[in-house]
Amino acid sequence: MAVVSNSTPWSPSPRERERELFRRALHNRQRLIALISTVGVLGTLAIILLTSPGWETVKRTFFDIDYGKEVLPTVVRGLVVNLQLTLIGGIAIGIIALALALLRTTKSPALTPFRFIATAYVDIFRGAPLILIILLVGFGVPALRIQGLTSNVIVLGTVAVVLTYSAYVAEVIRSGILSVHQSQRAAARSLGLTSNQAMRYVILPQAIRRVIPPLLNDFVSLLKDTGLVSILGVTDAVRAAQINASRTFNYTPYVVAAILFLLITIPLTRYIDRYIRLRSEKQNSDGLA
Amino acid sequence: MSTPVLEIIDLRKSFGETLVLHDVNLTVPEHTATVLIGASGSGKSTLLRCINLLEPIDDGLILLDGQEISDPAINVDVIRRKLGIVFQSFNLFPHMTIRENITLAPIKVQGKSRDEANELADGLLKRFDLMEKADEYPDHLSGGQQQRAAIIRSIAVNPRLLLLDEVTSALDPVLVNEVLSIVRDLKSDGMTMVLATHEMGFAKQVADQVCFLESGLILERGTPEQVLKAPSHQKTKEFLKRVHEAGRL
Repeated sequence: MAVVSNSTPWSPSPRERERELFRRALHNRQRLIALISTVGVLGTLAIILLTSPGWETVKRTFFDIDYGKEVLPTVVRGLVVNLQLTLIGGIAIGIIALALALLRTTKSPALTPFRFIATAYVDIFRGAPLILIILLVGFGVPALRIQGLTSNVIVLGTVAVVLTYSAYVAEVIRSGILSVHQSQRAAARSLGLTSNQAMRYVILPQAIRRVIPPLLNDFVSLLKDTGLVSILGVTDAVRAAQINASRTFNYTPYVVAAILFLLITIPLTRYIDRYIRLRSEKQNSDGLA
Repeated sequence: MSTPVLEIIDLRKSFGETLVLHDVNLTVPEHTATVLIGASGSGKSTLLRCINLLEPIDDGLILLDGQEISDPAINVDVIRRKLGIVFQSFNLFPHMTIRENITLAPIKVQGKSRDEANELADGLLKRFDLMEKADEYPDHLSGGQQQRAAIIRSIAVNPRLLLLDEVTSALDPVLVNEVLSIVRDLKSDGMTMVLATHEMGFAKQVADQVCFLESGLILERGTPEQVLKAPSHQKTKEFLKRVHEAGRL
């Protein structure tokens, strides 16, 4: 990028100073409007909430601070299960999804049956609700009573989540592979690289880089959706909250669990947004070079 | 007479219903440059892509050092190792530095060690005045520098034949010459090449043989003096007149 050097120090012209005054006045007015609007909207919502006839009951059954403190340790212990499930599941999902995406984009005739299976797999697990897959795997597999097959609900729940999410992630990776321009492949092949080498060294590295933002979003969704394995009886954060809530008929534990999830997911999504923004800014500045 | 590097006999190629090349016959002896000229859509790029086996042909023969490479039973990876192609749009790998772009094929295809390949790449980068960009990514280079890097990448594997597809068409006019001067250097090194170009002045300098393509047919061929100065065919005259009017002659 060109850097203009100028020996004489710049001082704004009278015209520019006038513009600056105008800009500042405009800016102040906009801030005032934003403030009034925010106070008005939030204030109205607060009044509706606090004057509603059931507010006192809701406050007692959902926002009981002392009870919340009491159940916090058990819910946190449950959340650790969610986090473990997310990390272990995430690794398995990455490996399976990559294999599925490569199978679906290959043209090798020997892999035809596997390509067919991969397509069917993605269709089924992407199309069926996750909660049904969890129920079918969680109750169906133990019902087979096959020797050596686990009936551990944590394992079965993880398997169900991995089955579904690897289908989602496979499609994201596949779309990344398809988004790399054909000319890159032509360039690689014309250098004598085999089809597999072109995929490994040229296409895939570019594809993965492009799909990192959607993959990070899927990772946040995965963390939330691990809460669904609670229906199998896994004592995760949701289940821990449920046990406490049904014991006391006070729903504060649910709110505690929700807040704990948000404490992880909000910083994570903020980080992802920032990452995406920085990356697109970098690309834009590169584009100018 | 020794076997020509490239020989094309009665080549025919169509995309669906559209016939893009027919009755193409071409002989490219070693150490010579053949320049393909003609309007956009006349079949120049397709011909180059057919030679490089990026496009299957409908009929005819393509022989490389006397070996038929248009045979569908041939291992295309082995043949492509002997051919280099440079594209109009550079097609450098954006996730690799310039040096990595150049060393990829020597390492993965020719089985050179990383040190050997780096030495080779650095030698070429120095020779063509691009050494200071060795560790940069393609995005950070000008179009001319990118195209020079792409040419270096394709000659790093020592091809028998180099194909250049309008290598200056995507460039700013001021950057054209730095790319053409590399091609001139390669020509004086004795590299055998086939190139499609709109740069008639350049064609005159490097060509041993000029072929004018029109609607998928080589309408006229000969030395640069014959074809560019005294064309015999009416269509060739019209084409050169239009190029001249566009200020490219």
